[in-house]
Order: sequence, then C-alpha cells, then structure tokens
Amino acid sequence: MYSNLIIDLMQIIMLTISTVVVMMTTAFKRDHGLISGLTVFGLFASLLTFVFIQPVLPLEATQLLIIDEYSLFFSNLIIVGAIGVALLAYPYFQNHNVQNEEFYILLMTATLGAVVLACSNHFVSFLLGMEMMGVSLYAMIAYPVHAAKSAKFPLEAGVKYLILSALTSGITLFGIALVYAYIGTMGFDEIPAALEAAGELGPVFLIGVLMIVAGAAFKLSLVPFHIWTPDVYEGAPVPVTAFLATVSKAAMLAVTLRLLLVSNAIELNVVTTVLTVMAAVSIIFGNLLALLQENVKRLFAYSSIAHLGYLLVIIIAAAKIPGALSVEGVSFYMLAYFVMSLSGFAVISALSNSEKEYDQLADFRGLFWRNSWVSAVLITVLLSLAGIPLTAGFIGKFYIFTTGVESELWFLLTMLIIGSAIGLYYYLRLIYIMLQPAEDDANDPAAVSLPLGAHAVMAAMTAAIIYLGVYPAPMIDTLQSLASAF
Amino acid sequence: MILVWLITILFAGGIGAWLSEKRNPELPRVIALATILLDLFLVVLMLVAPGVLGLDSASQAELGQTGEWLILSSSEWIPRFGVAFIFGADGLGLLLITLTVFLGLMSLGSAWNEIKERTGFFYFNLLWTLAGVIGVFTALDLFLFFFFWEVMLIPMYFIIAIWGHENKEYAAMKFFIFTQVSGMLMLLAILMLVFFHYQSTGEFTFSYFDLLGTAIPDGFGFWVMLGFFIAFATKLPTVPFHNWLPDAHSQAPTPGSVILAGILLKTGAYGLIRFTIPLFPEVSADFAPTAMLLGVISILYTAKVAFSQNDLKRLIAYTSVSHMGFVMLGVYAWTSQGVQGAVMTMLAHGFSAAALFMLAGGLQHRIHTRQMDKMGGLWGVAPKMGFMAVFFTVAAVGMPGLGNFIGEFLVLLGSFRISIAAASLAAIGMVVAAVYSLIVIQKVFHGENKNNLVVEDLTTVEMICFGFMMIGLLWMGMYPQSMLNMSEPTLRSLGVLFFQ
Repeated sequence: MYSNLIIDLMQIIMLTISTVVVMMTTAFKRDHGLISGLTVFGLFASLLTFVFIQPVLPLEATQLLIIDEYSLFFSNLIIVGAIGVALLAYPYFQNHNVQNEEFYILLMTATLGAVVLACSNHFVSFLLGMEMMGVSLYAMIAYPVHAAKSAKFPLEAGVKYLILSALTSGITLFGIALVYAYIGTMGFDEIPAALEAAGELGPVFLIGVLMIVAGAAFKLSLVPFHIWTPDVYEGAPVPVTAFLATVSKAAMLAVTLRLLLVSNAIELNVVTTVLTVMAAVSIIFGNLLALLQENVKRLFAYSSIAHLGYLLVIIIAAAKIPGALSVEGVSFYMLAYFVMSLSGFAVISALSNSEKEYDQLADFRGLFWRNSWVSAVLITVLLSLAGIPLTAGFIGKFYIFTTGVESELWFLLTMLIIGSAIGLYYYLRLIYIMLQPAEDDANDPAAVSLPLGAHAVMAAMTAAIIYLGVYPAPMIDTLQSLASAF
Repeated sequence: MILVWLITILFAGGIGAWLSEKRNPELPRVIALATILLDLFLVVLMLVAPGVLGLDSASQAELGQTGEWLILSSSEWIPRFGVAFIFGADGLGLLLITLTVFLGLMSLGSAWNEIKERTGFFYFNLLWTLAGVIGVFTALDLFLFFFFWEVMLIPMYFIIAIWGHENKEYAAMKFFIFTQVSGMLMLLAILMLVFFHYQSTGEFTFSYFDLLGTAIPDGFGFWVMLGFFIAFATKLPTVPFHNWLPDAHSQAPTPGSVILAGILLKTGAYGLIRFTIPLFPEVSADFAPTAMLLGVISILYTAKVAFSQNDLKRLIAYTSVSHMGFVMLGVYAWTSQGVQGAVMTMLAHGFSAAALFMLAGGLQHRIHTRQMDKMGGLWGVAPKMGFMAVFFTVAAVGMPGLGNFIGEFLVLLGSFRISIAAASLAAIGMVVAAVYSLIVIQKVFHGENKNNLVVEDLTTVEMICFGFMMIGLLWMGMYPQSMLNMSEPTLRSLGVLFFQ
C-alpha cells in the first residue's frame, strides 16, 4: 500500500528532488548551460515516471491529492510545457548578463505548483498549488528587471500580476472559507454528501462557490477577470508568457473542471448562468479587442481570452450531457490549445532575446520569404487557432460544436460562430503580413541561424498540431478512457 | 481506391512542385503539368474503360449501395464519432471531376507564362486547390466533405493574397471570411443532423447514406437545412451572399480566376444537388419558392450590375453570378429538365467563364489595365484574341449550338412546369445577357484604338487552351445527350421528379 503510494507520488517527488538539485548546483557552480541542462534533464526524468505510475492508478494519495489518469494526463502536459519553456529560455537569456540560474529554480517550483494543482482533490492542495505557481510566476515575470536593457517592461508586468493575483487569491480563500462554513468539509468528493446533509442551499454557500469560480476565472483570464492578461503577456519575457499561456492555464483548467464535476457544482443554475455569461463575453470581447492589437503577444493574449471562452462552452455543456464527454472535449481542446500556444510563442521566442523582442506585427512582414520554416510554423498555428481542418484546432472546435449541439446551447454556439468569424480576421491579417514581399534588413533576426532548442520545440509542436488534426483517433481513445472516471 | 489516388497524386505533386523550385524555378510548372496530365489520364480511363479499374463491389455491398455508384470505397478514420473515409463517384461526380481536372489543366496553361515569381509555392497551391475540389466532389462522409470544403479554401486564399492584383488583401480576406463563416454554419448544421440521427438510432455516424432520411424534430428541420443552404449559396454564389465574388475574381491572378469561376463555384451547386435537397426533401420543397426567387433575383440584378461595370474582370464576375442564378433556379425546380439543365450550365459555364477570365487576364497581363474605357480597337492588333472573345462571349450569352444554350434552355423548360412567373422572368435574363456581353466586344475590340495600344496576340499555349475549350463547348452544344445520360442515374437516385 505504502509502496504504491510512493510510486503514485513519484512525479511530484521527482520534481521536488530535481528542484533541490538545481538549487544546490546553483549554489556551488553558476553556469547557465549546466543549470538549464539539469533542469531539462530533471523535467524529463519526472515526465518519464508516468510509466511507473500508470499501473497503480487511480489512487488517492492522502486526502489532498488524487492521482488518476486524468490528473496524470495534465501533469504530463504541464511537464512537457515546462520542458518547452526551459528550452526556449536558454537562448533567450543567453546574452543576459545578469545571473540567469535562478530562473530555472523558479521554473521548477512553478511547475511543481502546477502539478500539485492539477492533482488536487481538496481545497488545501488547491490553494497550495495555486499559490506556489503564482508566487514563482511573480518573480519569473519580473526576472529581467535588473538587466541594463530589458526587452520589455518586466517590472510593471510583475507588479500588476502580483497585485491582481494576490487579490484574487484572497477572494478565493474567502470563498473557500464560506463554503467550509456551510458544509464543513474541504474535500472535493465529500461536497455532494455534505451538501445533501446540509439541506437547502443558502446564499452564503452560493456566494462562496462564485468566489472560488472567480479565482479560477482570473487564472484562466476570462472576462471580466482578464484585465491583467494583455499587459502581463506583453511585459513578461517570451518564455514566461509561454508558461502563462500554457502551463498555468492547463493546471487551473484541470482542477476547475474536476471541482465543478466532482462537487456537482456545475448543476447549480447560478454557476451555469455565471459561466455562460463569462463564456459569451470572453468570446466576443477577446476577439473584438484582438482586432486592435499591433503587438503579437497582446494579440495572442486576447485570442487566449477568446479560446478559454470557447473551452467554457464544453464545460457548461457538462450540466446536460454526461460529464465524461465534456471531460474528453475539454482535455482535447486544452491539449490542442496548449500545443498551439507553445508553438506560437516558440516562434516569437526564437526570433527574440532578452534585449530585443520581435513581437510587433510589422516585425513579421515578409517572414514567409525570409525564413519559410519559422513562418510556416506560425501559419500552422494561426490556422489551427482559427479551427481550419488538418490541424488540432479543428478537432477541438469539432468537440465544442458536438457538445454544444448535444446540450442545445444555441446561444453560446451563435456567439462562438460570431467570435470565430471575427477571429479569422486577425489571424489572416498576421498571415497576410507574413506573405508580403520582404524588405532587406541587415539586422534581420530571421536570417541568422536560430537556436536549436526553439527549433526542437517548434518542430515537435507543429508535428503534434498536424498529427492531432489528421489522425486524432489514438488520442481520442486515450482521452475517452481517462474521462470515463467522471 | 482510384479516387483516393486522384487526390493523393495532386497532393504529392503539389509538394514536389514546391520542393523543386530550389533546383530550378522552371521546374514546378513542369511537375504540375505532369501531375495534372496523370490525373487526366486516370479520369479518362474512368470514363472510357471503367472496367479496367475494377468496380469496388465489396465496399458497395458493405455500404448497402447498388449499381449507380461507379466507384465507392470506405475505410475508418475516427471511429469514436463514426467518421470514415467514404469516397464515391457516380455519373454526376465523374462529370464534375472531369471538369475539375480539365480546367486545372487550363489554369495551368494560363499560369504558364504569367506566374514568374515564387513558382514553387504557386503550383503547390494550385494543385492543392484542385485536390480539395476533387475531394469535395467525391467525399460521401459529411465530416470528410467538410474537411475538403475547407481544404480547398486555404490554398486559394494564398493564391489571391500573394499573386493577386492591387487590392488583394481586401479581396483575399473577404473571400476567406465569407466562405469560412458560411462553412461554420454548415458544420453546425452537419452536427445537428448527426445528433438527431444519433437520438433516433443511437448510432454516431457521418455517412451520407446513413444520414439520408434522418427524422428531424419539428421546428429544427428548416434551420438545419438553412445551414447547408447558406454555405452552398455563398459558394455558388447567389444574391445576397454574392458580395465576395467580384472582389475575389477581379483581384485573383488569371489562373486563380479560372479555378474560382470554373470550378469552385460549382462545388456550391453540387452541394445543393447532392446534400441540401436529398437530405431535407420536405423542408426544401417548402423552401423552393424562396430559393427560386433568389435565383431569379440573382439573374436579373447581377446582370444589371454587370452592365454598369468598367472593370472587365468585375463584369465577367457579375455575369458568373447571373449564370449561377440559372443553376439555382433549375436545381430548386427539382424537375428532370431543370436539374439536368443546371448540370449542363455548370459544365458549360465552367468552360466559358474560364475562357473569358483567361482572355481578360491575358489582356491585363499585356496592357496592365482592366478598365474597358482605356481599351478599344484591339481587334486590329490582336485578331485571334478578338475572335476568341467573340466566340466565348456568344457562348456565354447562350447561342444555340453551344453548351450554355442547352443548359439554360433546359433550366427554363424545367422551371416553367413549376413556376411560370419565375421562368418568364429568368428568360428576360438571357436578353440582358446579350446586352452586357456585346458591350464588352464593342468597347474592347471594336471602335478605334485611341491609346494606340500594341497588344501581342495569343501565344501558342493560349491558343491550345482556347482550342480545347471551344471543342468542349461545341461538344456540349451538339451532343449534350452524352452528358445527360451520365447524370441521369444520379438524379433519379436523388429523387428528382421525372415526368414521362
């Protein structure tokens, strides 16, 4: 029993050990290459432990954490994202003449927090994971602040994220307290029974639930909790933006979905109404504001708001259809979105470094003729975000439509179509800019050979986008089996 | 399997053409030519000696289908949602595949000397568009159909956005958004259809054969049908969804206009015949008067708009909408003559519109303008071009003896039985057509050559292309029965009303 428990927690243990190793090594020898290599190695080792964990699933490791196929899938996704971020960070910070090594320690702790969040089955671990990830992120966002010449406004972004994130953490905590006061338990799976025992739902409980939803919505950057997104995306170094867009969202989404389904909160009318409003507003606002952006990072920020709105449609559908289908759809869409975002930020990161970021729309002019490969990656990402067939984004959109039709969410589907139509415009605009004739530019970063790590991330993620779009059947089978637990 | 090969060859040829540019910029067009000729050879083989290729009777039986499908094949794709690779071609499909491959060759001919920049990527897009269109004409799984519906869109976007004329960004964007948004409505409609089928049978499937005759709950039928209708009516296009077409056609490079007008518009008509009406027979019958009205409005309104254009390519683009109005009218009359006429119009308009766009594109390539008031008296300097222009204009107007006449005549005959008013109004369209067509000849080729334009006459490659298209139109006009015989079994099985 205990040996199984240890195996079960192996991924988390391995991540912790790697963090300590990276930290200790930094104390003795500061070497950017060594530390980055150790980080990637440690992350890989943690990723590979899933082979051992798989046979003992599912198992509840103490009251706090549950390791099942679902959480393992998201943990693996998170670690893959972290590996990608580490690979992008190395070339990005290479010319950064201040100490770089701590960045990797922060990356490891943030990843650990994200994995804990994805596995949590209890409000305590939920808060623990969220804070661990959040606190590491404040520092990561503001990391280049001591540089003589930093690419963007890391301090502004860091402080903004700190204040707003701390505020929402407080709100979430208060929400948890209210829920606890009402039902007397903090375990997700004990909530339904406790609710039944407590009888009628009082307003205090509902307010508590909504406060928790607000906390999640902040991390997922859903309107109206989205205000931080564009500024922080723009101000943070690109690898950190990639982390925010992928790892942080995936972890939060995993736990939110589990909480909503396990506690049956999704069946509360108030919750579905609030989620429906947030989804519709996020889709429309996200897409409309993305139209106005001249900065690609901000554009991705608004597009991520819209995409999380799309995702919410599948979650809301869970109120009427079997939870398993919804979990399957959410997992697929998140996977697709994860791969697309990582790939997109890898392109920006490949062209940028800590002193100059290559993120204005105008910077991408003629990229297709200057460096076809990098631009082809970005075009694939944009087409996938727009939901064009042959890409993962299309299968994801297909899931939204399927679940939406089955649960008859006609209003949200209309919003989805309107939003996607607007979305097409700004995705195509970027593609069109890349297709313009190139101007000769002596300082063209796309002309020099780009870092190997970024190439690896771009190649792997593009391959994944196309593979998932052309032959999704194996992945769908996997997701179907992990969703069967709900 | 032969159909899969047709598509695969084009996909592979496209990649080959792209990669070959590095070796030699002249090489992509040769590879493209070889690819299309190989496809044409296979298509001719299918037409002439279908036995050689072997009818796939096993999979016909498996899908519960009988003889009218000449070729049918099926294999799994995403079993979770009942999505499968089902490809099939019957008489109608074969006619349209032939049209596609043939016009693909013509557009290659028009690109031969015109496209000098980034040839590899151009021929890649050209071949992939053709592959997407053949996929649309052969896919019998609704998911697969939608997949190809979108696949043909992106390469076309690139063709307009990269090699287009002065206002290409606007035109390419408009084209993409119109088609994509209407496509999304169709996706929603497809999923609703699949879901209703699932509700009544407990089986998830996208197979066309299974979905035929799905029971749709009251009140939803019209909306589901409308999703399909809007997608196809946008592509066709018909008023009020025609807005994208004049921009896309006039801004696209010549080969792009040829494919757009010749082939892509036909996918809309095909969709109406194959999917919208057979899947929703009752709702469509109720909707038919509205659709026929839209067809008539398209014929008359765009004919009038065409008349007032000064831009040669825009004018031809508007006439396309007008001719497609006949297709809409014939299809929704749903009588044998009406639909047969629509099919003939699709084929004949494919040829005549492609030829006219090649002429207009050739002129623009030579004198760098599409404005008709800057032209005039070109017959004197380019007599061959003048002759071809007259021939194809007259064909488009509906001169007896040429394909377009057969098509439009049959449409009028077929729709007359259903609605005398619609047929009579549409007939006026044929008169207006003569007016706007002849004015082109007058403005461009007659009169005096005010600006002393020197125009190089048609090249050999162009003459060969036009020659083939003349033969095609004459064949259709003189011996239409050969094509009507091919499409008849299809139309019977789709439930078109035959009066005998």
